[in-house]
Amino acid sequence: MSVLVILIIVSVLVAGGFLIAFLWSVNSGQMEDDYTPSVRMLFDDELTNTKKSKSKIQS
Amino acid sequence: MQQHCYHCGTACDDSIFIEDKFFCCDGCKMVFQLLDENGMCQYYDLTKMPGTSAKGVFTSEKYNYLDSVAIQDQLIQFKLVNQAHVVFYLPQIHCVSCVFLLENLHKINPGVLHSQTHFEKKEIKIVFNPTEISLKELVQLLAFIGYEPMIHLGDNDWLKKKKVNKQQLYKIGVAGFCFSNIMMLSFPEYLSTSVGDIGNMRSFFVYLNLLLSIPVLLFSAKGFFISAFTGLRQKWLNIDAPIALAILVTFGRSVYEIFTHTGAGYLDSMSGIVFFMLVGRWFQDKSYDSFSFERDYTSFFPLGVTVLVEGKEVNKPLSEIVKDEQLLIRTNEMVAADAVLLTDGALIDYSFVTGENAPIEVPKGATVFAGGIQKGRAIQVVVVKPVGQSYITELWNSPLLNRDKNIDKSFVHPWSQYFTYVLFSIAIVTGIYWWWVNPYNVLPAVTSVLIVACPCSLLLTVTFTYGNVLRHLGKYKMYCKNSSVLEAMEKIDTIVFDKTGTLTNHEDTELVYEGVELTRQEAAAIYNVTRESLHPLSQLITKYFSTQNLAPLIIDNIQNFIGKGTLAQCDQKIILIGSGSFLQAHGIVINSEIQSGVYIAINEECKGIFKINHSYRIGVANMIKQLKISGYDIHLLSGDRPTEKNILITILGSDIPMQFEQNPNDKLNYIQNLQTNGHKVLMVGDGLNDAGALKKSDVGIAVTDQTHLFTPASDAILEGEMVSYLHQLITYAKKGKTIIILIFALSILYNLVGMYFATRAQLSPMVAAILMPISSISIVSLSALLSYSYARGLRPKKLI
Repeated sequence: MSVLVILIIVSVLVAGGFLIAFLWSVNSGQMEDDYTPSVRMLFDDELTNTKKSKSKIQS
Repeated sequence: MQQHCYHCGTACDDSIFIEDKFFCCDGCKMVFQLLDENGMCQYYDLTKMPGTSAKGVFTSEKYNYLDSVAIQDQLIQFKLVNQAHVVFYLPQIHCVSCVFLLENLHKINPGVLHSQTHFEKKEIKIVFNPTEISLKELVQLLAFIGYEPMIHLGDNDWLKKKKVNKQQLYKIGVAGFCFSNIMMLSFPEYLSTSVGDIGNMRSFFVYLNLLLSIPVLLFSAKGFFISAFTGLRQKWLNIDAPIALAILVTFGRSVYEIFTHTGAGYLDSMSGIVFFMLVGRWFQDKSYDSFSFERDYTSFFPLGVTVLVEGKEVNKPLSEIVKDEQLLIRTNEMVAADAVLLTDGALIDYSFVTGENAPIEVPKGATVFAGGIQKGRAIQVVVVKPVGQSYITELWNSPLLNRDKNIDKSFVHPWSQYFTYVLFSIAIVTGIYWWWVNPYNVLPAVTSVLIVACPCSLLLTVTFTYGNVLRHLGKYKMYCKNSSVLEAMEKIDTIVFDKTGTLTNHEDTELVYEGVELTRQEAAAIYNVTRESLHPLSQLITKYFSTQNLAPLIIDNIQNFIGKGTLAQCDQKIILIGSGSFLQAHGIVINSEIQSGVYIAINEECKGIFKINHSYRIGVANMIKQLKISGYDIHLLSGDRPTEKNILITILGSDIPMQFEQNPNDKLNYIQNLQTNGHKVLMVGDGLNDAGALKKSDVGIAVTDQTHLFTPASDAILEGEMVSYLHQLITYAKKGKTIIILIFALSILYNLVGMYFATRAQLSPMVAAILMPISSISIVSLSALLSYSYARGLRPKKLI
């Protein structure tokens, strides 16, 4: 049963890792804008299409 | 054929087009071409017709002041040789396409290195290379594509202030981490009687718990201790005092139990409560990022002005303007200081300052006041008083306004006082009882009472309920500054309305013609003459006739008298259009008393007058009626002349006190008078002319038709379309207290159960650990449920 001690220490450390990740994300400003990133990720893929359509107009 | 502009969606004809796309104006077409050239037509795919109309675009000199180094230093946050950071407030941001376009600025101009938008704050942060694109060019580019930044004197400080409270999030994170781990480690303790073989590990668990609870006590709960301490120093027992006491007692007793090996303590309950209360506070404090409730006059004034020094135009920051300097004010620019006119042609729109509808002609040599907007051609003025001492600023600094609003503390605080007294009485009675029966139980029983009956349920109820109510009001487009506004609204008995822009709709101006009926030829002649003029009233007349399909005519002779009127010959008629005095000066007899409006004379005969009417919002009459039934006193204050008094009486009823021609100071004094007579006043207004009254009133609601327009300092911002639902919204805001009382009754029940165990000195950690989350979670969900169901019940019915 004493192996539980090690397991619990490991579990607290893992949880602590998540806590540090959370604190880091707050510090780096990720909690400041909770809307725009969800919009921003929609853009990149379609950019190539618009380039094609641009060349179509030119041709 | 009727089309819609491909760029901005304005209805237009089919004269301007590219391939199959139609545009309302060349401005929109140019923006489209620019985006097309740079391969950014995705802008039009993401949202249909996303643009802002490019009509009436800026004059390029408008941003000349951005060349001034002093102003640049104010705006630019960080600067290297080839890199500068700047943040702009772009109120036009409204859709996905906006984000796309603004974040791809570097494709249009390579001088832009990087741009990032914040949708909810409507901000853009731009990193640019000042050697390739100047700040002025950058602003011009933004303005060209339809996102003209709002650059105002007071805004820079405001942008800096809007920072998310990171400390609060850190505290929640730490408390949540410790709470969940302590809860898990306490689990064996709850079941300790049935599981035999954990004896050795027990002490390991409890010491680890103790270690984990220290950051909760020292860091997460810090705010409660500080607030309680400052309260006590001012001899004021606020709600945080009993909470801080409960946290300390719980921690102390737990430490005692752990070190004497008599138990495992209540560290799980303690950290859980701290966690829930922090979440509650955060929930309540969620603010509306894109609004500012604290704007003062500085937010309304431009950052820079054009000064004439020996005939040359120089750009200066507004704050450096001194007396006797000559300013150049272009069309649609604001008069930035009280000044004397040097040139003719001033047509000043004071609607912002006084609420008066129509622009006023000001003759050469007269004084113009800061806050007016020049509608005519460019004028020159000499500054009489610098900004800081102008008429409108003085109003702001009025001693009547030097008072903190809603200073009466929340009703929760007295409640928590009663609660504390009752709590201490129970603790003392319990202590005395056990002293007689079994002195060994005194300490456990008394501490248990203090642990169980912490008023945190009261705090949770209040924070979550007000948070919910604020959110629901936000859904109905009423944005409150904070929860104390809701409590202040509870006490309101008098409601004061402004007329222009509040009861009427600012954007919906219409002309009403009074006089001899015009024949089609006459109308056509007037239409053709007014079409030539850029005067805003002429344009309104043009719009008035534009639906009648009038024939185009050749104008033989036209003479514009700036700020007065127009004399023209058209279709063998001599046409005079202008103010009453202008017509009289040309020898035309006007039979009735001269009114404000545009007079029309054809062949030396006065035909009639066009009057400006602001249309009243739909449903206003009904809303006033409901408010009267609910027992509110209604008052009306208007900066306008009493021309519409009869209409107002039919809409509002004859029993309402109405005051006309009120200047901002009169309005302020009127509110002050009501308050000294013991009334609690809610003021509904818009514009700078109501600013003093809004600030003075107990609750000031600023009405705006476009949330991106500037609203004066206020307690709440209401969108124009929702004014007619004011009654429902106020009723709902007042429900908050009802909900709190209901839930508080429930939490008393939990407390009674807890007390039952505590006074018998039988509060096991398990009971505490069960009671605490059950009560917290049920309180939070009940609060959400009740505020939601009330909001549903009050959903405004569609008006016909």
